Amino acid sequence: MSNTDANTSTGYNFAYLDEQTKRMIRRAILKAVAIPGYQVPFASREMPLPYGWGTGGIQVTASIIGPDDTLKVIDQGADDTTNAVSIRRFFERTAGTATTERTTEASLIQTRHRIPETPLREHQIIVYQVPIPEPLRWVEPREAETRKMHALAEYGAMYVRLYEDIAQFGHITTTYDYPVMVDGRYLMRPSPIPKFDNPKMDMNPALQLFGAGREKRIYAVPPYTSVESLDFADHPFTIERWEQSCEICGSRDSFLDEVITDDRGTRVFVCSDTDHCRQRGAAKAAE
Amino acid sequence: MYVAVKGGERAITAAHRLLAEARRGDPAIAELSVAQIDEQLALAVDRVMTEGSVYDRELAALAIKQARGDLVEAIFLLRAYRTTLPRLAVGLPLDTGSASLRRRISATFKDVPGGQILGPTFDYTHRLIDFALAAEAESAASFEPGAGATDGVPFPRVSALLGDEGLIEVNPADDTEPGDLTREPLVFPSDRAVRLQNLARGDEGYLLALGYSTQRGYGRNHPFAGEIRIGEVDIEIVPPELGFAVVIGEITVTECEMVNQFKGSATAPPQFTRGYGLAFGESERKAMAMAMVDRALRAAELGEEVTAPAQDQEFVLSHSDSVEASGFVQHLKLPHYVDFQAELNLIRRLRAETISPDAEAAE
Repeated sequence: MSNTDANTSTGYNFAYLDEQTKRMIRRAILKAVAIPGYQVPFASREMPLPYGWGTGGIQVTASIIGPDDTLKVIDQGADDTTNAVSIRRFFERTAGTATTERTTEASLIQTRHRIPETPLREHQIIVYQVPIPEPLRWVEPREAETRKMHALAEYGAMYVRLYEDIAQFGHITTTYDYPVMVDGRYLMRPSPIPKFDNPKMDMNPALQLFGAGREKRIYAVPPYTSVESLDFADHPFTIERWEQSCEICGSRDSFLDEVITDDRGTRVFVCSDTDHCRQRGAAKAAE
Repeated sequence: MYVAVKGGERAITAAHRLLAEARRGDPAIAELSVAQIDEQLALAVDRVMTEGSVYDRELAALAIKQARGDLVEAIFLLRAYRTTLPRLAVGLPLDTGSASLRRRISATFKDVPGGQILGPTFDYTHRLIDFALAAEAESAASFEPGAGATDGVPFPRVSALLGDEGLIEVNPADDTEPGDLTREPLVFPSDRAVRLQNLARGDEGYLLALGYSTQRGYGRNHPFAGEIRIGEVDIEIVPPELGFAVVIGEITVTECEMVNQFKGSATAPPQFTRGYGLAFGESERKAMAMAMVDRALRAAELGEEVTAPAQDQEFVLSHSDSVEASGFVQHLKLPHYVDFQAELNLIRRLRAETISPDAEAAE
């Protein structure tokens, strides 16, 4: 019987998955990179974390991580959120790889719901955890139909949906998981990142991989690929801005989280990207 | 051959003896005590109490033991016992706002007044089989939580914080006596109180699947886990001879308040809407699924098009009860000799009629 002491990974392969599974996932990743934005079905495995908690991202990370990699894991932009801590520990335990909280030091970044504020560079890989990969899902629940729509690049229904928002509210009311067009061909869900992060995907020097475990899909945006957020000529795509600045580092241009500090509803705003906030704080202190 | 079996009574007695034997298992293995089930299979007890609609840990544990661990069967046992209980008093509405909390999380704000309390949760554990448990070699080291339950210090509700800004719909004040499914049959359309009662008693797996379906596009309603609380609340009654409320005990409950997709119109500014779930004990999955289905069932009230199964009152509420569903599905095991004989006669006649014209044509 294997020893499951918290400090060892005895009895499990490097990075948990067996080598056949990794090969299968790598093939799916290669296909995804070759057809930017196209959802490649893959035989997703049961993982020791629950579906919906990042099993797709974890499988992608497990398939590409090597002993020389340095891994950063964020959730909601922060390294210290519970699920990020859990996933980082999982790879420390099963792969024994180095981990970091610094965006610049990481070769591999697994993320849920954010893209770091610090620009990514070439040879970095960012792995997104994806709950629902199909951008047309709220327009058409049936997979057989949506695959046909992608094949024919029949995306009118999505524009109609966005137009209906404008007609009803005066604005497009999608604030996260905002649909994008990849390389002018495939409509893609960027995963539930705030639309604030959408522009960072465009022509990004890093490789962007997307893993959806429960829905069994992998897709990718290769480095320097165009990623456009859908919009209309008279309603151009815009990102959210805050009147406040970060309570800790004073940043005015990063994504801010609202924190309620007492039961009278007093609020402060802080950077969602904890590494970005810390680096800014350190730079200020050095001045 | 389809032969009627006689001597049913003896067969039944023998089957029940076999059942008792099977329930006990190998007598060389120590027997489970009700207290062990209560303590070590506590979440099974919680589920049986919730769907069995009786808050009694000992009875629920006993039902699980008697049902050989079949929770739907245990729920059935508890429900059957429940019908025999006299109704001594009616409790006041639970004040979950002043519960003493052992777990309290919000997925909508990074931090909230009172803080996030993870409590005893499977979340963030790695689902690796712990072989040390098989060896019954648990470390005896006791864990002293630094700051555990909140001892009744009331935590402001996340929904109330949103409500202060008018960002979420106001729960309508409603003092009408809620309906009671255990006393009156379900009628359609049913009001929200009755629907919630039905969902609270409903099968966890069924609600889970329905809630899940709304996440996959069949009646989507954009849920955020506004707040999940697990804690102890007081049960209060007002005895007529006293005329004021007295506490008669406390129960553990799990409450989930979902914050859902906003809604606005030409006259009303947009607001988030609500879904609500409540279950006995630590039943987080159940409470969350319940809140999602509750919100889905409010589709008509909120002017949404009813297109998906989870939004369809009749569909959802008529099939949620595991005791009803299990009974009816399994009744197919009962003899149906007479009906089947009638079908046999009919199908033979129909076949003869369709075959013979062909035979005639061939001639």
